[in-house]
Amino acid sequence: MRLLLSILVALPLLAACTKKTDEIKIGHYGSLTGSEATFGLSTKEGIDLAVDELNAAGGIKGKKVKVIHLDDQGKPEEAVSVVTRLIEQENVIALLGEVASSRSLAAAPIAQAKKVPMLTPSSTNPKVTEVGDFIFRACFIDPFQGVVMAKFAADNLKFKKVAVLRDVKSDYSVGLADVFVEEFKKTGGTITTDSSYQSGDVDFKAQLTQMKSKNPDAIFIPGYYTEVGLIARQTRELGIKAVLLGGDGWDSPKLSEIGQSAINGGYFSNHYSTESTDPAAIEFMSKFKAKYNKSPDGLSSVAYDATRMLLKAIENSDLTPQSVRDQLAAIKEFQGATGKISINEKRDAVKSAVVVQVEGVNNKFVTTVNP
Amino acid sequence: MQDFTQHLINGISLGSIYALIALGYTMVYGILQLINFAHSDVYMMGAFAAYYVARTLGIETSPGVGTLAILLIAAMVACSVLGLTIERFAYRPLRKAPKLNILITAIGVSLFLQYTAQVVFGADPKVFPTVLENVTLIEFGGVELKSLDVAVLAVTVLFMLALNFLIYKTKLGKAMRATSSNMNVAAMMGVNTDRVIAFTFIVGSSLAGVGSVLVGMKYPKIDPLMGMMIGLKAFVAAVLGGIGSIGGAVLGGLIMGLSEEMVVGYVSSTYRDALAFGILIVILIFRPSGLLGKNSVEKV
Repeated sequence: MRLLLSILVALPLLAACTKKTDEIKIGHYGSLTGSEATFGLSTKEGIDLAVDELNAAGGIKGKKVKVIHLDDQGKPEEAVSVVTRLIEQENVIALLGEVASSRSLAAAPIAQAKKVPMLTPSSTNPKVTEVGDFIFRACFIDPFQGVVMAKFAADNLKFKKVAVLRDVKSDYSVGLADVFVEEFKKTGGTITTDSSYQSGDVDFKAQLTQMKSKNPDAIFIPGYYTEVGLIARQTRELGIKAVLLGGDGWDSPKLSEIGQSAINGGYFSNHYSTESTDPAAIEFMSKFKAKYNKSPDGLSSVAYDATRMLLKAIENSDLTPQSVRDQLAAIKEFQGATGKISINEKRDAVKSAVVVQVEGVNNKFVTTVNP
Repeated sequence: MQDFTQHLINGISLGSIYALIALGYTMVYGILQLINFAHSDVYMMGAFAAYYVARTLGIETSPGVGTLAILLIAAMVACSVLGLTIERFAYRPLRKAPKLNILITAIGVSLFLQYTAQVVFGADPKVFPTVLENVTLIEFGGVELKSLDVAVLAVTVLFMLALNFLIYKTKLGKAMRATSSNMNVAAMMGVNTDRVIAFTFIVGSSLAGVGSVLVGMKYPKIDPLMGMMIGLKAFVAAVLGGIGSIGGAVLGGLIMGLSEEMVVGYVSSTYRDALAFGILIVILIFRPSGLLGKNSVEKV
């Protein structure tokens, strides 16, 4: 009995010791469950598509690439523990994740301390890559998104008065709101009210009632889709006719499921539009449809691009985390499905953004904005 | 003034939902001196029960009073069964144990329900079906009174009147009051206290079920952790009004709802919860037993 027990105890240890050398391991941490589950799941689909493609074509230097997806349940503290596990136990060569800036910010210091490169496909808060020289991103940053939406509101929609409603619990939302406010004031517009909520809230009527009396042309809500859907409904319930504006946190099919007709006509900045005419985008869309039988959303697209960038860096490297980092930093004019991507000296991606309009579950392409 | 009226409507509508859930906390506390932390998760389960019943019956696309009634009954039945099960298997075996044991068990049951729900239903939020059309009933000077707010208030008042009748006009209510006053003496007088306690859980849980349908109808996003914040606020409402007091729970709920709305409307949206809980602290400093609570002296 004791022998059996000791074998049982020793088995996982043995398994941990026998390192397979014929595969390259990449870690992905994301919100596969939780209130932002669609973010993590969309990202996972983009990653898997890119990796499967590469493995079908023979992998890197004869080795297959394996992605280990771990769930952080949308909680920063969980992100910290799964990233530690990916680095310490799974010995991954590089990390992909997270979508939400709050979780990327929580996990980035660990990747930095262990000197494992981390590439976030879609965290847009500038602070993420400021953590250190091992942290990269494959998307534009909040200041750019804020500038895009402020200009769009002022120039394209000719709005003068905009109210802001931000999620104080989210680094992403606060960062985006700050830039928007600054830029919109520069165009000569006024911010009628600047109020806030917390992710998880369900009642926003008090904030909205306060806004209503100032009669804004638009409300800028740089939040995530679950709350934005509810906010949209309550806006219309209170009889507010203002146009709703937002950022890439809106990009989920659940947005119109929760918001129903109330969200229609809203505009948000995104990484990508399904109506894009770029050949690389069209090719990606057809591959994605063939594999998952649905259209990709913005997050799947950036995840696909981020994964391909990372795989390219791994291919050019000598398979150590340090050289993967150096190769990531050297990426220039990378042709991705969401446009040309270059990594700048701050390890941020320089690329264009699109503005789309919500129309049921589909989003209508409105315009492209270059950096 | 127009703003104020709108804030008032929003606050009463939100507060009446807090009140419904607060009643469940207060009733159980009144009888067992137990803070039933699992109550907020019974409420969450009620919302999911209504969601799945609506989908199975295919009535999610036919809003109306009939749909509302069916969903209310479904959630009430599901919550009662769950509340009864929790009482029977988690709390009753510990009736003679120290109060702390049963309190910790309540926290355990709460976590168990939350994470079971995440596994069974999935953690991503579900969209609650449209139960009633939301139309503007009255509009005066820019203030709109919506059918949903009226329905929430009407259902809440209806169930509170029913509860009042049950507690003060029926024999069972008398037994509940007797058990609450002194369980041992009530038992000696021939009251089957186990049955009364079970019944209290049924009533409290079914009120949580009513609350869950009203919340789902008003804020159509449900997820396994939806009970946490609203449960905390309802619990605070119960303490604020005087835990153990039925009228206190209603008053506390309305104060919580109104103060939240007014704080956001006139002070700062960032400090919504902080100021709402600050009010609680101030009231409890001056009235430790809550607004309508009885000042009981602990006998040594």
